[in-house]
Amino acid sequence: MAKYIVKRVGLALITLLIIVFLLFVMVRIMPGNPFPSERMSAEQIANKRIEMGLDKPVLVQFRDYMVKLLQGDFGKGTSLYYGAPIKTVLSTCVQNSFRIGGLAILIGTAVGLLLGITAALNRGRFLDGFCTVFSIVGVCVPSYVFLIFLQYYFSYKIPYFPYFFDANRFLFSSILPALSLSLFTMSTVARFTRNEMVEVMDSDYVRLAESKGIYGPRLIRRHVLRNALIPIVTVLAPLIVDLLTGALVVEKIYGINGIGKLMVDAISGEGVDYNYVLALGILYSALYIGIMLAVDLLYGILDPRIRVAAKGDA
Amino acid sequence: MNEKAILELKDLDVSFRTNAGVIHAIRGVNLDLQKGETVAIVGESGSGKSVTMKAVTGLLDENATVNRGQIHYRLAENGKEEIVDLLKLPKKELRRRINGRHIAMVFQDPMTSLDPTMPVGKQIMESMLLYGGRSREEAKARALELMNLVGISDAEHRMKYYPHQFSGGMRQRVVIAIALSGDPDILICDEPTTALDVTIQAKILELIKDIQKRMGLSVIYITHDLGVVAKVADYVNVMYAGKIVEVGNVNEIFYDPRHPYTWGLLTAMPDMDTDDDRLYSIPGSPPNLLHEPKGDAFAPRNAFALAIDEKAEPPLFKISDTHYAATWLLHPDAPKIEMPPELQARLERERKEAAKYLA
Repeated sequence: MAKYIVKRVGLALITLLIIVFLLFVMVRIMPGNPFPSERMSAEQIANKRIEMGLDKPVLVQFRDYMVKLLQGDFGKGTSLYYGAPIKTVLSTCVQNSFRIGGLAILIGTAVGLLLGITAALNRGRFLDGFCTVFSIVGVCVPSYVFLIFLQYYFSYKIPYFPYFFDANRFLFSSILPALSLSLFTMSTVARFTRNEMVEVMDSDYVRLAESKGIYGPRLIRRHVLRNALIPIVTVLAPLIVDLLTGALVVEKIYGINGIGKLMVDAISGEGVDYNYVLALGILYSALYIGIMLAVDLLYGILDPRIRVAAKGDA
Repeated sequence: MNEKAILELKDLDVSFRTNAGVIHAIRGVNLDLQKGETVAIVGESGSGKSVTMKAVTGLLDENATVNRGQIHYRLAENGKEEIVDLLKLPKKELRRRINGRHIAMVFQDPMTSLDPTMPVGKQIMESMLLYGGRSREEAKARALELMNLVGISDAEHRMKYYPHQFSGGMRQRVVIAIALSGDPDILICDEPTTALDVTIQAKILELIKDIQKRMGLSVIYITHDLGVVAKVADYVNVMYAGKIVEVGNVNEIFYDPRHPYTWGLLTAMPDMDTDDDRLYSIPGSPPNLLHEPKGDAFAPRNAFALAIDEKAEPPLFKISDTHYAATWLLHPDAPKIEMPPELQARLERERKEAAKYLA
């Protein structure tokens, strides 16, 4: 198993390196550059390029970038927040996005599981239909629409929650955006849990468990949920990445200084900020690869069939 | 209920609500099982054999309704004997008192009937720990004993295996061990060998027979394979369209069948000792029980159908104390119709062969 993990981690790192390289090259190829031409003369731009090392061959630039990156240095902004180290700006944004995203994941998963289990246990009855309708609505309504709805009722009609994000009242002012962001995850998890459970409840091995006298909570917990929840991990992983990396529109509407907002600013500001786009791209990729890897390893622990195969592999 | 009877189904009638309408799957089934005996229920797919046994074990799907009937079971508990109607017991009580500990089941497909996330030893021990009043060590010892009994060697080590680490035949042995874990009186085997290799089939049948003798079990086989029936059964119930159309002991069914459907089933068995290179099958297919059949449900497929078959359902006619068949051909006024000559010749030959073995 240890050998298997080392192999998987190694592969993940190589993947990440390739992504960083592609990002690095593509940022330089794509239209737009860090210099607003209407405000800078050609000479100024040329000087700036030399200062930033953009005149060197791409491979040399990449080498220099990697050397710094490995020391944990993302460089400085090339147009956005001019001059401030990216690390400082990024850490604030990451904190905000991660906290709100984390809260959304917690709410979404917990409520989603509860809804799904309730629906499956009441299959064909009213509650099942209610959960199905709720899931469909939840998947279809964009989170920012839901956020505006929440703002209208719980900030304006009943002035309880704040209109905008306030870092000083972090948890309190995170509730509305987290709730609206959790809706999609909640619906997806609920629908998936319900369908997986119904399938398992119809399976032969649950019949066999019943035929040996197992019933009620023990049957559901040990034979139904244990089997039904394994595949949910795979559905959850990309949702988690999505939520952690921030939501462009929700962050904009609720005035949250998060990763999503930063990404938009980095691309659509006065000039395309090479280093910010790169840093954010690397962050997204690393998160995605990391969480997928974690899921694969977790899957191995949860599902004995894979556990043994992995052992054989190594 | 007579004194030796352990299970008695009386006029069981079950229907299912579906999107297409109500399917009347079981239309008044009577069945007796005596202590230590083996009874087989034979019939095509959809004849209602599995549903009948699901009713006994309380495993009917949620859309099923029991319209009529009783399932009497002689429950021996704490040294007392009482006769209970399994249909009247609440589900919870049925699971707690009957399932596993008195009536256990072996399922058709061992590839899907074991929980993939639980080691097999634990699956064997699960209900022992829940109901048996055994300690963990005692349950483990009993599980080892059972695994040895069903022919799994190196049991101590293999207890920790997950189902996917076993072959189909081995998994079926595990399923049998699970069924035996509650020391049941009745073992219901739902096509226990259908999903297995032919070479394994015989071994599993031998195993069940052997265990039955050792533990004094009563066994009900559900099968469409008359070869299996001939090997294991004392009594045979032939089922068609939710009814039992012929019942008798194994000799009566195999050497003196009276119902045209039984004739068809027997003729459809592959026969190595004939020059005929055509394999017979009963024409047509079983009726759709969404619509209540008029008269004898088998009439449309019956080459020997009489005019009355279209109008009235035949009652069970008595042939001997153990042999009954529901066909108008047995009515005193019916024309004398013998079974098809090919089948007659075949049964004659088989009888002689059997006599040779016995001599």
